[in-house]
Amino acid sequence: MTPHVRTYHEVTGDDRSGLLAQVVAQRQRVTERLVNVRHAVAVMSGKGGVGKSFVTAALARELARRGRRVGVLDADLHGPTAARMLGVGRQPMEVRESGAVPATGTNGIRVMSTDLILAEDAPLKWKEPAQDGFIWRGTLEAGMLREFLGDVSWGELDFLLVDLPPGTERLAMLMELVPSLAGVVVVTIPSDASRRAVRRSLEMVRESGRPILGIVENMAGYACPDCGAVRPLFAGDAGKDIAEAAKAPVLAGIPFDAAAQQAADGGHLMASGAAAQAIAAAVDALLERLGEGGAAARPGGGA
Amino acid sequence: MKFLCIECDTQMGFEERALPGDGTLAATFRCPKCSRSVAMLTNPMETQLVSSLGVEIGGRTVPAQPMELVQSKVDGGASEAAAPGGRPTWDAGANERLTRVPSFVRGMVKRIYADYAAERGIVVITTDVMDTARRELGLEGM
Repeated sequence: MTPHVRTYHEVTGDDRSGLLAQVVAQRQRVTERLVNVRHAVAVMSGKGGVGKSFVTAALARELARRGRRVGVLDADLHGPTAARMLGVGRQPMEVRESGAVPATGTNGIRVMSTDLILAEDAPLKWKEPAQDGFIWRGTLEAGMLREFLGDVSWGELDFLLVDLPPGTERLAMLMELVPSLAGVVVVTIPSDASRRAVRRSLEMVRESGRPILGIVENMAGYACPDCGAVRPLFAGDAGKDIAEAAKAPVLAGIPFDAAAQQAADGGHLMASGAAAQAIAAAVDALLERLGEGGAAARPGGGA
Repeated sequence: MKFLCIECDTQMGFEERALPGDGTLAATFRCPKCSRSVAMLTNPMETQLVSSLGVEIGGRTVPAQPMELVQSKVDGGASEAAAPGGRPTWDAGANERLTRVPSFVRGMVKRIYADYAAERGIVVITTDVMDTARRELGLEGM
């Protein structure tokens, strides 16, 4: 007769494989590392090519210009661009016993990105055998994101902006790893295609219960380099539509400004022009949403 | 994951873990009552899956190091990009070997290997690096 075999839960002793305890410890490490981060904010979109990294970099620089201590985590592990936009050149990652040292970009912004790890033009590849890679590759990417959060010496920050790749998968990872996530800034362009893609991704944010801090409509018109007038670029009104669906404000509509874009690609911030004004407005609105509006609420005491 | 000795209806305890080097893993568990032991043998895919989580079956004997997964798993990345001033990290094989060093001297042994690697600009300590260090430093047996 086959003996009765107790089930997992009937065996009340600790899990001797130790796997669960280690995963819990990993999460704890992230929580402890981010304890000195006042606001962790994700910048996301369901659509690629809408300028998330540009918006992230622009928000980061504007916040830093106002005296906030800012970090940027480039969670687009396969297509990192935020580091360059923040003026971080090719520099190796330094790992100390206390953690990896983030690169320092424009205005003292601390940056972590696969750009600091990969050789120039090298794709993100893993050392493990390619066979059955679909099973474990996502797990490794989640592990990389976890280490970028928990193993980097971020120090004290007013804002940690996390630049997410298109889609929702990385956002799901981030929300699991950072229960204290203050909210999400959603980036779109005005087009109907963007509207549809972004609205799908809103559902995930809503289901998570995390606040949608606001919508940034990027490429909202084209800023004429000669006269400064903003003219239409894309047909559509996605920013307003998404904001209504998300019950969140449009933080700003940023017109496409070739000069601002070129400056950003070179790691510089345009201090004037239509795009710069829109970014400043977006930061004003974001700070307001986070209860940090007004000079009195500025911990860094910046301008 | 729990292992139950059916004969004794007693939970087995973790005993030993080994990486034979062919991508597989062997973990042994022993019944504290009757001393019967079993080995859990994982295939390369299962081993990789566990490794991808940044965890070790049976628990860690050496604490996780900063950016351990990034430094040991990214192909052609961290090992070429890490700064000379940084402390070296340990890949899975080297970590595994380190766990076999008696705990009361493990810290010292680890420091010796780490200093050896740092002095030579080696950023990821592998079993090959450990073998070379043992020969060069006369550490046979460590």
